[in-house]
Amino acid sequence: MSADRSVQSIFKLTKAPIYSHCFSADKSILAITHENECLIYRMNDSSQPQLVGTLKNHDKTVTAVDISVHGRIITCSQDRNAYVWEPLSDGTYKPTLVLLRINRAATAVQWAPNGYKFAVGSSARIIAVCYYEHENNWWVSKHIKKPIKSTINCVSWHSNGVLLAAGGTDGYMRVFSGFIKGLDTKESVANSPWGDKFPFGSLVREAYQGAYIHDVQWRSNVEQVAYVAHDGTLNILDANNNVSSINAPDGLPFKTLLWINDNEILCGGYSRHPVLFSRASNGWKFAKDLDKGSGSAEQEPAVTSNGEDEEENQTFGISALRKFKELDLKGKVSTNTKESAHDNAIAGFVPFVESNGHVQQVSSCGLDGKVVTYNI
Amino acid sequence: MSQSLRPYLTAVRYSLEAALTLSNFSSQEVERHNRPEVEVSNSSAELLLQPMHISRNENEQVLIETSVNSIRVNIMVKQSDEIEQILVHKFTRFLEQRAEAFYILRRTPIKGYSISFLITNKHTESMKTDKLVDFIIEFMEEVDKEISEMKLFLNARARFVAEAYLGEFVY
Repeated sequence: MSADRSVQSIFKLTKAPIYSHCFSADKSILAITHENECLIYRMNDSSQPQLVGTLKNHDKTVTAVDISVHGRIITCSQDRNAYVWEPLSDGTYKPTLVLLRINRAATAVQWAPNGYKFAVGSSARIIAVCYYEHENNWWVSKHIKKPIKSTINCVSWHSNGVLLAAGGTDGYMRVFSGFIKGLDTKESVANSPWGDKFPFGSLVREAYQGAYIHDVQWRSNVEQVAYVAHDGTLNILDANNNVSSINAPDGLPFKTLLWINDNEILCGGYSRHPVLFSRASNGWKFAKDLDKGSGSAEQEPAVTSNGEDEEENQTFGISALRKFKELDLKGKVSTNTKESAHDNAIAGFVPFVESNGHVQQVSSCGLDGKVVTYNI
Repeated sequence: MSQSLRPYLTAVRYSLEAALTLSNFSSQEVERHNRPEVEVSNSSAELLLQPMHISRNENEQVLIETSVNSIRVNIMVKQSDEIEQILVHKFTRFLEQRAEAFYILRRTPIKGYSISFLITNKHTESMKTDKLVDFIIEFMEEVDKEISEMKLFLNARARFVAEAYLGEFVY
């Protein structure tokens, strides 16, 4: 398929764009967003995932999906709602509406690592941190409002379940405290380099980027947070407020990132193929492109397939032959280009195979309706 | 293709590629709406990006207005005399009346430009971005050729008509 063998498998699941996808903890269940619904697939070994369920309660585009460690699925949508889908023993899911109390689209969602609360970013300039209240038998939310000035695009929890990083179209990457009394303990944030006290909603850190923040992700054990912005940069912020910034080699912005290990980050976006960055002794550097398609026919010398023609007149006829072939291709795809696995922008990465904090296989979803797994 | 057209089209191509990085973005002003932010008067300035203005000369310019989920590409087609003005007006009007067949064509151009395209995230999600760019570049290449061909044809026809008509008066 591709020369560098980084593409493991390609699953063309839908025609509509997939904005977000997610695997269950044991990687047996795949959930993707698909227009107004969320599709549940069961992963088979090496063959096409099998559709086992459709979660439909939303009436506008579903923007994000996440599965908790307990198997609960959370979906959020542009219809301002989020649902928690509880798996039942017969394989179906029971929806519970979350009281988000927002009046604009919900854009991003992530479960806290312990699976007892989640954060929802929204266009209402609010992050809602939601948790289950036993007395009312309902998912209720607490709001983080200040000082968010525009839509939130992405949220990410620290592994301690308290620090919450978020980025949005106002160009700020902010770290908030999502400390919920009764759920979180002060021990989990003891000795944190990010501060001493974490009351709910307090602004812990803020970094101005000046361009839309598309994705943000924590690397908890090295206490760093990485984010990608619309100006085509990957930025890494540490607890001492040092930011290192690298530009995308293709010049097009990234939409998503994933920490491979403590020293490597995989980014993907509008250039349609993943890009690996690694930490060298003197800062972060571009490491390599994965599955990069060649842009045009000129870059890859023409190697035409049927051998008989070539053998006859290797020098004389070839240029004329190529000329007419190119004439014939006017307005069509050239035969000699190698295309990336994704035909459109990559929208999200999740780890697929992981051991000891090192990701070996990554799964990506794209606006072309494909889910692709890559070997790192 | 003339010597200066190539760099002009290259500049447009790279600007378009950079501008066509759109996301699905629901309105933060109006509840449950998802609208092209470049088309609506906006109180949140951060959603509009810096417009790009590429100018070959005073008659041939491209203005690319960008926003978070949509871009507007405005093209000023060369009009060196009155005949070309009429031809460009008729030609773009012909296309605009069939705008739904072109998907990305805007029904009316922005003031000062001959023709406008509106590309939203719906288009970039359902079509290949580089093909969209190719389409606009090809359109820009072809439209000049088309207009000058029409002008030649019009002149030839006018000459023929004039000769036929005025031939009556030749003794």
